[in-house]
Amino acid sequence: MQNQKKLKTVSYAKWGYLFILPFFLSYAIFSLIPLADTIRNSFYEYYAFGLKTVGPNWTGLSNYISLLSSDLPKYAWNTFVMWILGFVPQIVVALVLASWFTDARLKIRGKQFFKVVIYLPNLIMASAFAMLFFALFSNAGPINNILLNMGVIGEAIRFMESTLGARTLVGLMNFLMWFGNTTIMLMAAIMGINPSIFEAAELDGCTHLQKFFKITLPQIKPLLTYTLITSLIGGLQMFDVPQILTGGKGAPDRTTMTLIMYLNKHLQAKNYGIAGALSVFLFIISAILCWFVFKMNTDPDPDGSKSAAKRAKKGGNA
Amino acid sequence: MKRRIWYAALMAAMILGLLSGCGSSPGGSDVVPGVEGKILNIYVWNDEFQGKFNANYPEIDHLSNDKSVTFLKDGTEIHWVINPTQDGVYQQKLDEALLKQDRVSADERVDMYLVEADYALKYIDPEANVAMPISQLGITDADIANQYRYTLDAMRTADGEIRGLSYQATPGMLVYRRSIAKAVLGTDDPETVAAAVSDWDKFYETAERMKDAGYYMYSGRADTYRVYSNNVSSPWVKNDKTVVVDPNMMRWVERSLEDTRSGINHNVPGQWIDEWNKDMGPDSKVFCFFLPAWGLDVCIKPNVTDTAAAQDWASCPSPQSFFWGGTWLVAAQGSDNPEHVKDIMLKMTADRDILRSLAVNNGEMSNDQPLMEELAQSPDFGIELLGGQNYLGVLSEVAANIDLSNISSYDQGCVEEFQNTFGDYFNGKISLEKAKANFEMSITERYPWLVGGGVEWP
Repeated sequence: MQNQKKLKTVSYAKWGYLFILPFFLSYAIFSLIPLADTIRNSFYEYYAFGLKTVGPNWTGLSNYISLLSSDLPKYAWNTFVMWILGFVPQIVVALVLASWFTDARLKIRGKQFFKVVIYLPNLIMASAFAMLFFALFSNAGPINNILLNMGVIGEAIRFMESTLGARTLVGLMNFLMWFGNTTIMLMAAIMGINPSIFEAAELDGCTHLQKFFKITLPQIKPLLTYTLITSLIGGLQMFDVPQILTGGKGAPDRTTMTLIMYLNKHLQAKNYGIAGALSVFLFIISAILCWFVFKMNTDPDPDGSKSAAKRAKKGGNA
Repeated sequence: MKRRIWYAALMAAMILGLLSGCGSSPGGSDVVPGVEGKILNIYVWNDEFQGKFNANYPEIDHLSNDKSVTFLKDGTEIHWVINPTQDGVYQQKLDEALLKQDRVSADERVDMYLVEADYALKYIDPEANVAMPISQLGITDADIANQYRYTLDAMRTADGEIRGLSYQATPGMLVYRRSIAKAVLGTDDPETVAAAVSDWDKFYETAERMKDAGYYMYSGRADTYRVYSNNVSSPWVKNDKTVVVDPNMMRWVERSLEDTRSGINHNVPGQWIDEWNKDMGPDSKVFCFFLPAWGLDVCIKPNVTDTAAAQDWASCPSPQSFFWGGTWLVAAQGSDNPEHVKDIMLKMTADRDILRSLAVNNGEMSNDQPLMEELAQSPDFGIELLGGQNYLGVLSEVAANIDLSNISSYDQGCVEEFQNTFGDYFNGKISLEKAKANFEMSITERYPWLVGGGVEWP
C-alpha cells in the first residue's frame, strides 16, 4: 500500500518547473515589472525640472488626452510612409531573388556567395549604417560631389532638407538592410513547395510567369503574411535610422519623426508621464498586430478536416 | 528535502548575483576628512580642456595610452568622462551622476565638472546644491583678483557665493580670410576691413560686393545667431513659465531668411558639422566667421593646418559686439578630493605662467586681465594662424563690456530648437507661423514645465 502511494507521487514535472523558473523570474524582473511601471507612470505627472523632480502627481488620463491633441497621428503617418517606402521594394526584390535562387532550371552560379552578400547589410549596426548615409548624402558629401563633377546637377541637392529626400533615404536604408533577410525566408518557403507541382506545370507548358503567379505566390501566402506583419511591427519601432540621419530632429518640419523618436524626445526630457502614455499607445497597437500573427500561426483547422466536416454536414442538411 | 533546500538556495544566490550588479555599496561613511581619494572624476564634453590641462598642469606624471586617465605625481588618477554637448546629452549624463552623488562610493563620485554659459545657471543654483562655493574650497578673492569681472559675476549666485572659475574670456570677433579681402576689398589690412564691417549697414554693403564677386559673406544662420542672441533685453524664460522671444531674435530670423534666399550666406545648416568645417577649409568661398578667441584653435585651425589657408586669416571687431561660450570649472558638491580640485582650479584659471602658455600656444584669451593688456601691447605676441596679427587689441574692449545678465539655464535648449525650427522656414519649407508653432512645441517637449506657460512673440 505504502509502496503504491510512493509510486504515485513520483513526478518529474517539478524539475521542469525548476528549469524554466529562471526565465520567468528574469522576465518578471526585467520585462513585466517595468511594463506595469510604465503603465502606472502614464497616469501621473512625473518629470525632471532641471535637477529637481516634479511628481509623481496623479493626473488621471490627462497625459493621454494631451498626446491625442498633439501631432501623434502625424508621427504615426510618417512612420507608416517610411515603412512602406522600404517594405514595397523589399518584398518585390526579395520575391524576385528568391524565385531565381530556387529555380532549378536557372542554375545560378555562386548562389551561396550572393546569399551572404545580400544578407551583409543586416549585420551592420543600423546606427552605423545611418551615419554612413548621413556622410554620403550630406550637402558637401561624396554623392553630391560625384553628381556635380559629372555635370548631372548644377548645384548640390539638399537631401536632408526636403521631405521626399529624407524619407526616401530612410526607406532606402530599411530596404537595403532587410531585403536579404526576407529573401532567405522566402527561399525557405519556396523550397518547401512540392517540386512535383512545378514539374507537372512544366509538362503542361506553363511559362515562368505563370508558374510564379499561379503556383509560387499562392503556396507561400502564409509566409508572406507573416513577413508583412512582423515587418509592420518592426516598422512601428523604427528609430535608429531616422534618428541618426536627422540628428533626432525629424527634419524637415518633423516629417521624418517616427513614433519612437517622439517617445525618445520625451524620455530625454525625463518626462516619464507622457512617455509612459505614449508607450501604452504603442503597446496596444503592437498587441493588436501580434494577435494577427498568433491567429495565423495557430490554424484551428490545419488539415482541412473541420471545414470538410462542416461542408458534409451542410450537404446532409440540404 | 535537504537537497531541495540546497537547490532553492543556489537559485536564490544566482538571482541575487544577477541583481547585485545594479546596486552598489552605500557611500557617505567612507569619506575621511583631510584624506584625499585616489580617483578624481572630471566630467567634460570634449577633449579641449583635457588637452590644455595635460599640456600645462605641473603635477602630471604620465597619461594612460588612450589618454582617458591622467596620472598625477602623488599617485592620484584623473578619470575623464566625456559626453557630447549636442541634444543635451552632456547635461543628462552629468545630472544622473550628480543626483546619485551621495549613494555611490567615494571613488565613483563626480569631483569636478565643466559648464558652459548656456546652462551654467542650472548647476550653480544654490538650491540645486551640486556646486561647491569656491570660498568653501579656500579660494580667496586675492587668488582671483586678475580675472575678468564678468567671468566671476556670471557665477555669482543670489547668496553672494561664486561657484565656478574660468580660464578664458570669450568676447567675439570677426575672423576673415585675407585672400578674399584682398580680392574684393583690395587689401587685407585689419583696419580697412574693420571699417568695411563697422556696423550692419556697412557689413551688408560689403556682403553685396562679396556676392557679386562670387563669394559668400558668411557660412550659415548659426554663425550670426550669437551676435543677435547676446544683444537681447531679457532672458529666454520668465518665472520658469513663459518663453519670451526677444525682438532681436526676430530680427535674426528676418535677416537670416533674406541672407539665405539671396545667397549672402552659404546656407550651411549648423555649426560643428562637416559642411561648416569645409567652409573653414582651404577651398572655401566663405569670407568670415564670428568667433571668440578659442574658435581660432578649436574651429579654424584643424581645418587649415598644412594647407594654403594656414595663415590666411585676420581678425577685426564684429559689427555688433558679442560673446560665445565660456567654460567654467566647477567643484562638485560631495567631492572626496577638494584639495586636488582646488589646486586644479587655481592653477588652470589663475596661474599666470599657465595662462600665458594658453594665450601663446592655444591662441586663447586667458582669464587674466593685466596679462592680456600687457600682451595686447606686446609687439612680440602674435598668432600664426592670423598671419602674426595680435588680435588681443581687437578683443580687450569687448571683453571689458561683456554682460552675462541675460543668460539663463534654458539657453542651450532655446539655441538648438530656435535654430532648428526656423531653419525649415529659411529653406522655404514652412511658413513663419508654422515655424513659430514648431518652436512652441519643441520647447515644451524639452522643458515639460513650460507647458501652458505660453510663448510671447514680439
